[in-house]
Amino acid sequence: MRSNVNFFSDEKFRSIFFQTLVVGLFALGIFFIVQTTAYNLEKRNIATGWRFLTDPAGFDISFSPFIDFKSTDTHLDVYFVGVLNTLLVSFCGCIAATILGFLVGIIRLSSNWLLVRVAYIYVEFTRNVPLLLQIILWYSILIQLPRVKQSLEFLDIFFISNRGIYSPRPVFENGFSYVFLAFLLAIISSFILRKWAKKRQDTTGRQFPVITSAFGMIVFLPLLLFFILGSPLSFDYPALKGFNFKGGMVIRPEFIAMFLALTIYTAAFISETVRSGIMSVTKGQREASASLGLKKNWIMRLIIIPQALRVIVPPLTSQYLNLTKNSSLGIAVGYADLVHGFGGISLNQTGQAIECMVIVMATYLTISLTISLFMNIYNRSIQFKEK
Amino acid sequence: MNEITQSRKPPVATTGILGWLRMNLFSNWVNSLISLFVLYILFQFIPWILNWTVFAADFKYNFNGEEIINREMCSRVLDPETGGACWAIIYVRFYQFMYGFYPREEVWRVNLSYIMLAIAIVPLLFDKFPFRKHFLKFTYVFPIIAFFLLNGGLGLEPVSTNKWGGLLVTLVLGCTGIALAFPLGIVLALGRRSNLPVISMMCTLFIEFIRGVPLITLLFFGMVMLPLFLPEGIDMDGLARVLVAVTLFQAAYMAEVIRGGLQAIPQGQYEAARSIGLSYWQMNRKVVLPQAIRISIPSIVNTSIGLFKDTTLVIIVGLLDLLGIGRGALADTTWLGLAYEVYFFVSLVFFIFTFGMSRYSLYLEKKLKTGINMGAD
Repeated sequence: MRSNVNFFSDEKFRSIFFQTLVVGLFALGIFFIVQTTAYNLEKRNIATGWRFLTDPAGFDISFSPFIDFKSTDTHLDVYFVGVLNTLLVSFCGCIAATILGFLVGIIRLSSNWLLVRVAYIYVEFTRNVPLLLQIILWYSILIQLPRVKQSLEFLDIFFISNRGIYSPRPVFENGFSYVFLAFLLAIISSFILRKWAKKRQDTTGRQFPVITSAFGMIVFLPLLLFFILGSPLSFDYPALKGFNFKGGMVIRPEFIAMFLALTIYTAAFISETVRSGIMSVTKGQREASASLGLKKNWIMRLIIIPQALRVIVPPLTSQYLNLTKNSSLGIAVGYADLVHGFGGISLNQTGQAIECMVIVMATYLTISLTISLFMNIYNRSIQFKEK
Repeated sequence: MNEITQSRKPPVATTGILGWLRMNLFSNWVNSLISLFVLYILFQFIPWILNWTVFAADFKYNFNGEEIINREMCSRVLDPETGGACWAIIYVRFYQFMYGFYPREEVWRVNLSYIMLAIAIVPLLFDKFPFRKHFLKFTYVFPIIAFFLLNGGLGLEPVSTNKWGGLLVTLVLGCTGIALAFPLGIVLALGRRSNLPVISMMCTLFIEFIRGVPLITLLFFGMVMLPLFLPEGIDMDGLARVLVAVTLFQAAYMAEVIRGGLQAIPQGQYEAARSIGLSYWQMNRKVVLPQAIRISIPSIVNTSIGLFKDTTLVIIVGLLDLLGIGRGALADTTWLGLAYEVYFFVSLVFFIFTFGMSRYSLYLEKKLKTGINMGAD
């Protein structure tokens, strides 16, 4: 045995050496960047710090359905409006894309040749054209709708024009909160009912019509309370005054374009995951359940879908994440989301690029992580429980 | 005929044209209704779209036989009832769509690069290509040649990147992004699976950070923050800054795909490689990576399709790619209002590239599957 052990051939030493080296180089790089950035910022007279958040923004935001935004409000308010708009379009888009995606995915496995072909063409065309182009295309279609004066009317309460869709705005009066509370209560008790029904079925084998009773509870309980309390809801109707509509509520073309493009684009991807998920359930499962005498729609509900969901949910999660991140393309059509409102206009007005970008990126990371967290919990609940 | 047996009608034909129609379109009354409805829609839609894009469309001349030089001369503006698309806007601006504002006397350099790109890529895609080994050598040196050819230098007139545009920018961003992200992605994937905790943590953080934020924020990062990070004197042009962002973005996605491939390699392969005395790098280079990359190629192509489509985002930070040139053409008052023609054309170009790539990925998947099956038999 050699006495002069080469330290470098010792794996433990080598690992510590390389890791220290990497950390050292990384710290050096960070130090260097911080130094040059501080120098550059000072030279260009760019302010630093978070004080700009409480300064008045000085610009208007055309679409802010939740917060009443005025140009005297602060950049922090711009941020909140942006986050809410991002969440709004992502949430609506995810739900609509899931519905459309499942529908198209199932259609592509149907026996109707013509329908299958049409669905295939839809999927290939939307998947292979950049989303940004689709957003811009939808927007350019929407702003070619008739002007406000010639807007299309439906039942005299909906007006469609190139400024968006005007519809009556519900005005909640005293007591409506009870109706809403009843609605929430009904949802919670449906979950409890489902748990109880499952337990009863497991022990006694008797089934309980959970879906019908839950549906009845969720619809009729709030409705009943609504009428008992004397219909505490009225509508504010839009009316044409001068050059624009007054009253009512409006869905802007920017939102509609984003919503349509995100939904149609993501649904194409979701339909593919749904299709491959259903196809992953082997034919034997279907045949076995048929030989047990299950009816056709029960085979789908009890045998195929639960097994397919295990395959579908992980890629579905990444589609939701993609949709949320893609909602940042609203900047191309002027949808005041996080990137356009705060990361765009506020950044340009204050010049504090680093602070704005850090906040925007941190927010997206938080949203992404939250979505993955919830979808992971859901995924765990549907995975095979091996006993 | 006795009482027990009973004559039944012959089974419905399932072959021939009628049988096929019955099986696939009219198997029951719901299906028949749907089929008739879809057929009705298609009979309305297909003639209309064909008419608009081809039969009633103007290409270079309008229906009076005049050469179209502005929107007023388009048949569809002259007569909205019968006129179709006015492709003259594409015809007139074709140079910009292909090369941007690249000087006309130097455009042979772009054309030469396009041809060389094809020669560099095709042998990479098909492993039965004749003399593939020699062609691959060209593939490796092609980026260097293309850089000097497009950018200038070595006796060629320099062409600033702000003159580049259209398909040129789309292809440069797509190809360079993919080519640079590939090795970076391998390093990140190996790093994430490394036994060294610090390195694996740093790679994981980097990958998850990039994958958690939208590309547009990274492009903003490249555009507004990168110049602040660099010392004075180092001035990167717009295209290079965007390329940094695109490469980092693509590398994170590539890393996850390659990690998937690495995870699919059985532990025995690692152990066998180690037991014959290969070092960590030898093991990865000669045993693990060739197998891992081979099985992850379809997914690599799929993320590359994603990147190719995402290159359109650069118009938001002011570069003029294919879509950017299109929007520029629309902003020109002589061509105002021809949005559908422009978007149709740009979509078509993207569709040709991405559909081709997705077909290739499917072909690879099939080939890999048969390869694995043959091994199992």
